[in-house]
Amino acid sequence: MYQQNSNKIFLNLLRLMSFTSGLIVLMIIFFVSKESWPVISIDPKKFFLDLLWDPSRQQFNLLPMALGSLFVTLGAIIIALPIGFMTAVFYSNTRFRKFGRIIQTTIEILAGIPSVVFGFWGIVAIVPIIYKISPPGANLLAAAIVLSVMLIPTITLFISNAIKSAPVEWELGARGLGLDESQFVFNILIPGIKSQIFNSILIAVGRALGETMAVLMVSGNIIKVPLSVFDPIRTLTSNIALEMAYAMDHHRAALFSSGLFLLLIVSSLSVIANRKGRAFYA
Amino acid sequence: MRLLALSVLFAFGCINKPNQSNRISVTGSSTVAPLIAEIAKEYESKHPNIRIDVQTGGSSRGILDARQQTSDIGMVSRALKPAENDIKPVLIARDGVGVVVNSSVTIDALSKADLTKLYLKKIQNWSELGGPDLKVTVIHKAQGRSTAEVFLEYLSLQYTNVQADIIIGDNEQAIKNIDSIPGAIGYVSIGAAEYSMKQGSKIKLLELEGIAATTKTVANGTYPISRELNIVLNPKQDKTHVQKFVEYASSAQTNEIVRSLDFVPAKL
Repeated sequence: MYQQNSNKIFLNLLRLMSFTSGLIVLMIIFFVSKESWPVISIDPKKFFLDLLWDPSRQQFNLLPMALGSLFVTLGAIIIALPIGFMTAVFYSNTRFRKFGRIIQTTIEILAGIPSVVFGFWGIVAIVPIIYKISPPGANLLAAAIVLSVMLIPTITLFISNAIKSAPVEWELGARGLGLDESQFVFNILIPGIKSQIFNSILIAVGRALGETMAVLMVSGNIIKVPLSVFDPIRTLTSNIALEMAYAMDHHRAALFSSGLFLLLIVSSLSVIANRKGRAFYA
Repeated sequence: MRLLALSVLFAFGCINKPNQSNRISVTGSSTVAPLIAEIAKEYESKHPNIRIDVQTGGSSRGILDARQQTSDIGMVSRALKPAENDIKPVLIARDGVGVVVNSSVTIDALSKADLTKLYLKKIQNWSELGGPDLKVTVIHKAQGRSTAEVFLEYLSLQYTNVQADIIIGDNEQAIKNIDSIPGAIGYVSIGAAEYSMKQGSKIKLLELEGIAATTKTVANGTYPISRELNIVLNPKQDKTHVQKFVEYASSAQTNEIVRSLDFVPAKL
């Protein structure tokens, strides 16, 4: 009798908690939409067709920022994917068990570093190097490099989980056939786990689009469509972080709209990732 | 049902506020608000029965609210104009904006005219001012930041006129950038710059129009880029608990808090 009762309470508690977390997401979407409504209701085309971003004169062109977010994400993925993939292959390989475990630990530590620390590292280590090629050094390339370092753990941990849960027969079969390491990786492993690789990219894209502090500190933040990797960029999230504290009225609503836009993109990415086969959470 | 009961309980928890007569409402400038909020926190811990409510809305709202007594105290981040003599200002701190360069720049002083040229990209290399052969990197703050407003007002420039290489948010980020980029120039609160120089940053505060940028020259009013941070009261304000708080906020007791927010105390 007593046990049944406590079980019931526990189940109800679970129900309440999961209901609450679901409700929080809906409330966030509701409030962000509500705050952005004053500008969206004028004309959503304003975000693309206005002459420039100058909120004090009711000009809300978000296009340079949207492209900034897109380019820096693309750049970071291009750098992080091969590094992350090869790291994962290396430390999942049974032949390097001891050294592999050390690498795995360092990657896990990397995943835990707060983003503002990456930003400071970018300013003191990356920006001065790029300065020598093209002053002032705070630009799209610097932001993509710093961001890629933040994505490496996400990609690595995802892919290594996929490799570890791959059937052991793949490797045994490959060895039996006399395939060498590179033939095994390119002909068997990559085709075998390609949906997980795709998922890891989607999750990394979500993280990259949402990253704010680290990018803000090294990207220059000039509002302009970048024409080369040495041009400064401002991302949507940096724009919110830089201006929200002092924004009022329509300016504030425009910033909320860009937040809503990001929210929708990132949540649809994670929905796609979940649909596409089972997601392997690190 | 249980959920409903819980949320009703929660709502009641929010409504249950302390006694109305011990509340102080403060509204106005978003530059002054963080300072007053910190002072209020300290004051509340010393006087547990007092509740201080700080809300932002700009200096003009601070004046309006104090005038109409919709709030007890207004916050204004400038000196009062002659037309505003119907309310009483109390100086609580000053905000000085210092021009800062990377220590690779061998120049120690700038004129207002040269500073304007630098921020309009009419001077692009430090050698034009007798300094080293280094490209100038102009560091600017995001639109709406209070330091940016004071700085632009001093140079009589519009935000969109400035030709910046890097735009950044707060003082700390600006200092980090100036510190690591040779030939960089920027502007930050003088308190923040002095603090980082003590910590060993490779930055340097420049003399402006022949006046050194220090907390002292800001305090005595000779340094050109600075402004008063005031709280304003309606002369009809007679609540003693409000007056006691104003006395506390403007006294030397709050100097530590003022410095921790990179402002310069009114009473040294």
